[in-house]
Amino acid sequence: MTLEDLRELAGHEQDRQTKFRFRILYCSSAGCVSSGCDDVKKTLRAALDAGGFAETCELIGTGCLGLCGEGPLVLVQPGPVMYRHVTPAIAQRIVDEHIAQGKPVEEHRVNLADPFFAAQTRIVLERMGTINAESIDECIAAGGYEALGKVLTEMAPEEVVAEIRKSGLRGRGGAGYSTGLKWDIVRKGKADQKYVVCNADEGDPGAFMDRSVLEGDPHRVLEGMAIAGYAVGANQGFIYVRAEYPLAIDRLRTAIRQAEKLGLLGNRILESQFNFRIDLRIGAGAFVCGEETALLRSVMGRRGRPRPRPPYPSESGLWGKPTLINNVETFANIAPIIAKGSAWFSGIGTPKSTGTKVFALAGNVRNTGLIEVPMGIPLRRIIFDIAGGTPEGTEFKAAQTGGPSGGCIPKEHLDLPVDYESLATVGSIMGSGGMIVMDSTASMVDVAKYFMEFCMDESCGKCIPCRVGTKHIYLLLDKISRGEGSAEDFGLLKELCTMVRETSLCGLGQSAPNPVLSTIRFFQEEYTRLLKPPTEFADGGTGGAHASVSAEGKE
Amino acid sequence: MAIITFSIDGEHYSAREDQTILEIAREHKIPIPTLCHLDGLSTVGACRLCLVEIEGSAKLQPACTAKPVEGMVIRTNTDRLKKYRRTIVELLASEGNHQCAVCVVNGHCELQNLAYEVGLDHVRVPYLFPSKRLDATHKDFVIDRNRCVLCTRCVRVCHEVEGAHVWDIGGRGINCEIIGDMNQPWGESESCTSCGKCVRVCPTGALFEKGATVGEMHKERGFLKYIVTARNKQQWIATAHEEE
Repeated sequence: MTLEDLRELAGHEQDRQTKFRFRILYCSSAGCVSSGCDDVKKTLRAALDAGGFAETCELIGTGCLGLCGEGPLVLVQPGPVMYRHVTPAIAQRIVDEHIAQGKPVEEHRVNLADPFFAAQTRIVLERMGTINAESIDECIAAGGYEALGKVLTEMAPEEVVAEIRKSGLRGRGGAGYSTGLKWDIVRKGKADQKYVVCNADEGDPGAFMDRSVLEGDPHRVLEGMAIAGYAVGANQGFIYVRAEYPLAIDRLRTAIRQAEKLGLLGNRILESQFNFRIDLRIGAGAFVCGEETALLRSVMGRRGRPRPRPPYPSESGLWGKPTLINNVETFANIAPIIAKGSAWFSGIGTPKSTGTKVFALAGNVRNTGLIEVPMGIPLRRIIFDIAGGTPEGTEFKAAQTGGPSGGCIPKEHLDLPVDYESLATVGSIMGSGGMIVMDSTASMVDVAKYFMEFCMDESCGKCIPCRVGTKHIYLLLDKISRGEGSAEDFGLLKELCTMVRETSLCGLGQSAPNPVLSTIRFFQEEYTRLLKPPTEFADGGTGGAHASVSAEGKE
Repeated sequence: MAIITFSIDGEHYSAREDQTILEIAREHKIPIPTLCHLDGLSTVGACRLCLVEIEGSAKLQPACTAKPVEGMVIRTNTDRLKKYRRTIVELLASEGNHQCAVCVVNGHCELQNLAYEVGLDHVRVPYLFPSKRLDATHKDFVIDRNRCVLCTRCVRVCHEVEGAHVWDIGGRGINCEIIGDMNQPWGESESCTSCGKCVRVCPTGALFEKGATVGEMHKERGFLKYIVTARNKQQWIATAHEEE
């Protein structure tokens, strides 16, 4: 297949779609599957067949429609009209009233002019919920693989790297390292073999950005990886995806097979000299395998334990070869940057944090689900406009970003722009995109304890500060939350947090204390309120040797 | 090989650019505590005792894996490092059941020596008192996992030097433990050659010879240097046992 053939295929598919009077898209991502979209699909199919609409209406399983808290969701085009909480009975009414008589079912209709939809800027999620998640033809008709065609026919590898550098794109896995710079290091590495790896081991509690992208638009990630392969000189890619994402794995397998069949992956892609294969590696459930050095070991079939860096994977990665490792969302940004240019991309967001960020909204807010917003958007706008604020009668308390590696942002920082640097100034991180909103009913000590328990369970056990330190921090938090902690315990808690952060081997341990330190920073009184009053001794002191030790331990 | 110059604790030194900070420090008798490191085995940077400060870098670096660059200013013994080292040993002490008075290596134990070195006079965190498995099924040796510090020396010596790879790590986090073969009793291991290398490199009394009683077990690690020198330089030089 050549680029011309690709465009012809796109034309055919666009023609095919215009023949339908209605296209009914039901969300077939994991969130809506769990709320019962399979029954909705069966009812829709049966109703369309019974009503004689089989020829004029197309029924399609699509990717995440965003408003996950209100699923199952169904979208009818043209319009579009979106329906929430669709049960089989409502599905029947959609066909009987909307399709047959042109009268939408108003009481289940979602207001698409709501800021939840209107305030978003979609790049990564551009095609999400508009195409059949399992059809490469629909993806190509919507512009898929056009950017790959462009780099293979018009651009030299170094031009691709330069374009990505100019776009200012930074890693969406959380740390925010310059993507172009990383590509450049791998491209300049001298080796007979290089690799491209996609980190799809999304593990933060409450985060499902990468899963949604893989389930709804897998070709966008494959295309980004192939462009990366061309730019850095790799002919082999791996996607490391966790076993807990069976639907994403299914969709990826289908997508890879489809792309290979059309000559968009494999040998002589689009009849050029460029070869690129992508294979899947399935994770076995360890959170630490999201850390890049542990992930690479796991790809090689070894135990997923991190190793000290340097050397970085870009110099010595899989089997000692230069390896480019990026997150799902980073790869999903590549094709649009190539297609529309770096100037367009860097015009979105802030000068240092360009483009958009996908967030998984969860917690005590009206609208929970998947959103994509420009970098630098004030936090207030995400929480009060897009998420619709906290439920009636409660007050916003804090937003937690970055999962177990991040921190919380209290209400005095609501006007903070959401970008890498600003979040760091308040002790949080951008992270991979989890955002958990807490209202006045949440206990911050419990929040810290929850995340510390997670880190303790997920520590690989290689280095001592993380293995034993997280255990003791958890025990101290537990003691304090039960009202049995002393001022001395609180001092030791702070000291251990600092020590674990500074001495742990990998990012997991180094960031594990963040939720504790951050809640202490903004909500210290919630801790001190729980502490036992010091015991008075006859000499007026508060106890012998231990007291002096904790005093010197205080930071 | 290029020669570089840098400073450690205010003194100037030069070294080959492929040497680690730890190698250089040992050469010049600058004390840096270590636990997982053992000459002759691969480095893993796991125990974090050898962390050093590097001027201009926010992150502490393990001396066993980090290599100096020209003009680097390295500090090995600041108050902050001393405090962290003490806390690391304190965490280790709380993690296992380290009852020196009834241990076979009492007086010859690296963990015990470290505790003296960092000035660990008491432990502020609660002891975890694990009840991990003790395996005495091997005809000559015993593994008491309650005394294990998970340095993985035994895993590495068995894989890298003996080539048997009996040992590995099972579980994760605080539940990690050394396992043999497919988590089988040691006595049933088909891959174990009973060479005893793991016992000799173990820094504590977790691996010991049967029949040894309190304080009797001396670990000899000179064999490792002998084998590694033989392999790398084809020289079979009998060296005096470095450590006792």
